Amino acid sequence: MPQEYRLILKHADQPGYTPGLDCYLRHGGYETLKQALTRAPKTLPDGKTLSGPEQLRDEVKLSGLRGRGGAGFSCGLKWSFVDRKSGKPIYLICNADESEPGTFKDRQIIYKDPHQLLEGMIIACYANDVHLAYIYIRGEFVEGAKILNRALNEARAKNLLGKHILGSGYGLEIHVHRGAGAYICGEETGLIESLEGKRAYPRIKPPYFPAVLGLYQCPTIVNNVETLCAIKHIAAMGGAEYAKLGTPNNTGTRIVSISGHVKRPGYYEVEVGKVTLGELIHDTAFGGGLRDGHSLKAVIPGGSSAKVFKAGEKFKLRRKGPEGREVEQEIDMLDLPYDFDTLIRAGSMSGSGAIIVLDDSTDIVEALANISEFYAHESCGQCTPCREGSLWMSKALHRLTHGEGREQDAEYLAKIADNIPGGRTICAFGEACAWPVQSFVAKFKDEFVAKGKADEERRAKENRAAKPVREIELTLNAKC
Amino acid sequence: MNAGSTERIPNPLQHQPQFAVPGALEAEVGELITHYPPDKKRSASLMVLHAIQEHFGWISQEAVEWTAQKLGLQPINIYELVTFYPMFRQRPMGKYQIKVCRTLSCALGGSYKLHKHFCEKLGLDPHKHGPQTTKDGKFTVEFVECLASCGTAPVMMVNDEFYEGVSHAKADEVLGNCK
Repeated sequence: MPQEYRLILKHADQPGYTPGLDCYLRHGGYETLKQALTRAPKTLPDGKTLSGPEQLRDEVKLSGLRGRGGAGFSCGLKWSFVDRKSGKPIYLICNADESEPGTFKDRQIIYKDPHQLLEGMIIACYANDVHLAYIYIRGEFVEGAKILNRALNEARAKNLLGKHILGSGYGLEIHVHRGAGAYICGEETGLIESLEGKRAYPRIKPPYFPAVLGLYQCPTIVNNVETLCAIKHIAAMGGAEYAKLGTPNNTGTRIVSISGHVKRPGYYEVEVGKVTLGELIHDTAFGGGLRDGHSLKAVIPGGSSAKVFKAGEKFKLRRKGPEGREVEQEIDMLDLPYDFDTLIRAGSMSGSGAIIVLDDSTDIVEALANISEFYAHESCGQCTPCREGSLWMSKALHRLTHGEGREQDAEYLAKIADNIPGGRTICAFGEACAWPVQSFVAKFKDEFVAKGKADEERRAKENRAAKPVREIELTLNAKC
Repeated sequence: MNAGSTERIPNPLQHQPQFAVPGALEAEVGELITHYPPDKKRSASLMVLHAIQEHFGWISQEAVEWTAQKLGLQPINIYELVTFYPMFRQRPMGKYQIKVCRTLSCALGGSYKLHKHFCEKLGLDPHKHGPQTTKDGKFTVEFVECLASCGTAPVMMVNDEFYEGVSHAKADEVLGNCK
């Protein structure tokens, strides 16, 4: 029986658990920080000495932790890229923008257990010799920003932040910086631009890798809220112990957000890779299955930019067979273990851990139109393929969902989507807006074609041409 | 344009002749600036704009100029933020601003019907996505993108208050509480 494994959310939903410092301290809070700050230097067999912060960085490397924001990049590796010899200050930014549609996990941590985030952040800052850090929180989390500011003030009053944290001689200040409603601020270099007080235009890489040229052109670490909380647990239990959770190369726990047409939408913390996509959707411990009388149509497995899976879709993947040898197996979409690597091999991604379930009542063209409208609205406008492409796709889908479609619209959409990603844009938004269109159109092509064809036939009967998009009345359709 | 013509490109920002920053707001802004390195005042611009909008309800030409001057910037540096970030308002809005989440999970959970319900109830056009304000200036209704609470769809915000699992009955109750 697959079960939740609550490490980060251990206390968050317990009755009587509050976001205040007293409550956190009563539950053993900041003990890990105390231990981290007093870690003695360790002498290795070869005579080299490892400082406390160096040991912490090694633990994170050993833990195999992969970033929980979306890209799933190794956190230890990210930290190892930081230029520590530049003589410039190193900054750390907590990415609390939580902007990928379908994702609502960081909200739980910020609202219910803010001190856990702060403890993880202070440890991460200490490990990386950071003395000034920011929490970049999305503007819509108005209450969240207040909760964090309260928590920061409590921490300052108890000497958990400041010039000499707990008398250790280590100094750190953390400030909350609010975004103002732009999705692109979740992209780390866009976030940095936004924190510098500019439009959130992502930077070109190279040369602007944050680890070398980040905030104020200084080395900068940008880590997701959940990632920083995991750091706290890695420091507490040790990297090797943490790596025993989850599966090889997909270690630890992660919080999965499930939304859409399931009986129990919500957030569930699981060991990575120990639970399948189907279990997350159908098991009573998680999504609880589809609404009665409905069957599954599609699943978006990792936030709205992940490529969609069609119900019944099969993948040929190499997996370890019963004798331990790698064999090629045919696996149904629902039997895919929900981890980083398997979903990438199946052509999609687990992204920010957000599963959106669509049942047979969903008009798939409407669903894609909804997603594409989001991306058209959120493109920052820097790169032509993305700025124009996201808008063209949204307009074509708008036409298709308003009775003005054409049979060839499916081809047209695929053609635009194919010409946005693949190094034609500065950041991955190009991929993010193209992947849903590419996958929806490829996997549900008949529905797109049928819709366009029906529109054409109706117009032929009415003896008129298609209206241009700007003349189509924007009638909102609640079918979706 | 003819030489000597007084025609100008229209200013997209609105004027607020009685713009005056009270001492408390000035102090708050001063404190916000200290959150950033001394030579990086520009970083404070988003936070300063939030503080101004919280006080005045919107960002005027005078507010843009004041902020720029305060941070040692050109007005364009602030203006470009006001036009880029969707949360900043370039004109006064209703006393109660209803922001209904439009994005996929909420749409699957009935947010289009919810938006329509508000519009019909308040005499606004349900076909429009952008902000619309009632004639008495009491309500503004608009669709916004993902509010990051997809598991409790449909969700919305009324000013800074967040509401989840909003049924039409709950929507009516919230409206009723807006005095």
